[in-house]
Amino acid sequence: MADRVELTGWGLYPRRPTRLRRAGNAAAIAALLDPAGMIARGNGRAYGDPAIGLSTTIDMRRLDRLIAFDDATGLLVAEAGLTLAEIIDIFLPRGWFPAVTPGTKFVTLGGAIAADVHGKNHHGEGSFRRHVAWFDLLGPDGVERRCSSDEHAELFHWTMGGMGLTGTILRAAVWLRPVETAWIRQRTIPTASLAETMDAFEANAAATYSVAWIDTLAAGRSLGRSILMLGEHAGVDELPSPLAANRFARRRGPTLDVPLTPPISLVGGPVIRAFNALYYARNRSKAGNSLVSIDSFFYPLDAILRWNRIYGRRGFVQFQCVLPLAAAQAGLTTMLSRIAASRTGSFLAVLKRMGAEEGPFSFPMEGYTLALDFPVGRRTEALTAELRAMTRDHGGRLYLAKDAQMTEAEMSVLDPRGLAFARWRREHGLAGPLRSHQSERLGL
Amino acid sequence: MPTLLVVGATSDIAEATARRFAAAGYALQLAGRDKAALAAIAADLELRHRVAVTVHRCDVVEAEDRAALLGGLPVLPDAVVCAVGLLGDQRENETDSVAAERVMRANYEGPALLLGSLAEAFAARGTGVIVGISSVAGERGRASNYVYGSAKAGMTAFLSGLRNRFGKTGVHVVTVLPGFVDTRMTAGMAVPPALTAKPEEVAQAIWRAVERRKDIVYVRPIWRWIMAIIGAIPEGLFKKLSI
Repeated sequence: MADRVELTGWGLYPRRPTRLRRAGNAAAIAALLDPAGMIARGNGRAYGDPAIGLSTTIDMRRLDRLIAFDDATGLLVAEAGLTLAEIIDIFLPRGWFPAVTPGTKFVTLGGAIAADVHGKNHHGEGSFRRHVAWFDLLGPDGVERRCSSDEHAELFHWTMGGMGLTGTILRAAVWLRPVETAWIRQRTIPTASLAETMDAFEANAAATYSVAWIDTLAAGRSLGRSILMLGEHAGVDELPSPLAANRFARRRGPTLDVPLTPPISLVGGPVIRAFNALYYARNRSKAGNSLVSIDSFFYPLDAILRWNRIYGRRGFVQFQCVLPLAAAQAGLTTMLSRIAASRTGSFLAVLKRMGAEEGPFSFPMEGYTLALDFPVGRRTEALTAELRAMTRDHGGRLYLAKDAQMTEAEMSVLDPRGLAFARWRREHGLAGPLRSHQSERLGL
Repeated sequence: MPTLLVVGATSDIAEATARRFAAAGYALQLAGRDKAALAAIAADLELRHRVAVTVHRCDVVEAEDRAALLGGLPVLPDAVVCAVGLLGDQRENETDSVAAERVMRANYEGPALLLGSLAEAFAARGTGVIVGISSVAGERGRASNYVYGSAKAGMTAFLSGLRNRFGKTGVHVVTVLPGFVDTRMTAGMAVPPALTAKPEEVAQAIWRAVERRKDIVYVRPIWRWIMAIIGAIPEGLFKKLSI
């Protein structure tokens, strides 16, 4: 059938051929198994090529049904193609919120498990895996397996962070967290240097949520100057009376859309410089406490639909590394100096203190994670290659959900767990039939 | 609380439509052939929108099933959406009369007879909305799909007749012409994205048609023009074309 298409991840780079198939139920997915190399795709929010099947890609979005919900424990059972946005729309008015959420709510449950996403509360609550009770996984042998810490435990743990390479997640049970309102008490702390930023993170380890935006163009003594944001779910008695009367009402600003992809990037150096300077100045003046909506605290970019297009047709790459605690300050100084010197900057630079490592192949480790994005181009390719080398030199690793550029050789040094994962896949007959363009590139 | 009966409820368009009406507070009756699939959709609707849902096994082409459905509904619904349809394979239909018969019965005979009975019941009560999902393929027979198209032509004519027959009784009849829709039915087909609607778009069009008492709805208005042009081509020329 003439159904080969070119797909990209959210970064619009790289573009890879695949056969795209969709199914509305588990039985139909079992009928789509392709021994030549397939992978499941959620809502296409991974940046690079992990959700593009080598031969076949299975679009899971139609498997989006709720199956059960326990009001007493917050345990939600749903099909893997349901997005966090849908979960929030349905359950926030009933007092529940995802226990862990990445910076976009447009990810699916299956995608969140496969990438083992983390959020602004990783230092306290761990990654998504900690809130997964079980899931049903369809193997390339056509057999469905219920996986939990008691049942098929090894498969359970490899799957969370396994980028879809252990099977197709069909449905999952996850715990939501109870919340009293749709509001976050935010504390904004401007810092003047990297050391100050890191000190502020360490001093606020008890905060439920924490994240910093870094000014990547600041150099010299202000290198690493940031806006640190801390957040707590607001209690109903902490809301002013007009809000308390309707405590789960969502205050949503206008949603913008980028309706077409411009041929060249709109995010050039001067734009980034202006944005960074403005953003820093604006938030610096807002230091202190404020009440912000859940949507603006967790998902500021989701308000701009298809924002990925502003980088133009060539797309952009995300670079996200985590550096172990002991090496973090030295590593971040080296990286930020290099980025400031390049004058390329990054539109979005996010720093986050991470908690302990969990699971055999999940991204997080105790330390600091830095996330940046750069438009695709020869200059930035050299820059991101240097950043990968710096990550390696400081004992860090990269986030596969955002990776589009790492080579197999780099992977084997940066994250030797990949070799163990690849061996385990071979031993279990998964390495042949479950393949993405990313798994080919990284030798997984 | 108003009630909507959805026939052929496991289709992508039907499921999206059920969600749209449930979001507005409708209770639902889901009818279809696959009871397990219906149960999964029902559970989702109950959790998602906290509405009451009943499921009813029914193969619309079987007379006993239609009778059992009509006799077994807990209440006469306020509205019905019939999303039953079978595209089939034109080449196969040309040589295999059993396959062709299946397509004809699923797209015309079964749905028309069921909706006809419901129209009588609605008329007796004095209110009711009937939504039939037909197809632009029914507007002119074409080499590439005339078995399916002819059955849909029958369905379109039947709905038009129902509308005419019950126009003064308080029963409203809507004909929905979706054009290409991104569903399981078209999966793997090379459909032009600009002409292809999402199931949610069809659901919204159906919702609006019921709310605003529309008669004939093209989900994407461009289809009205496309079909006007295709319909205007003289037969002598048309038979030489491959459209």
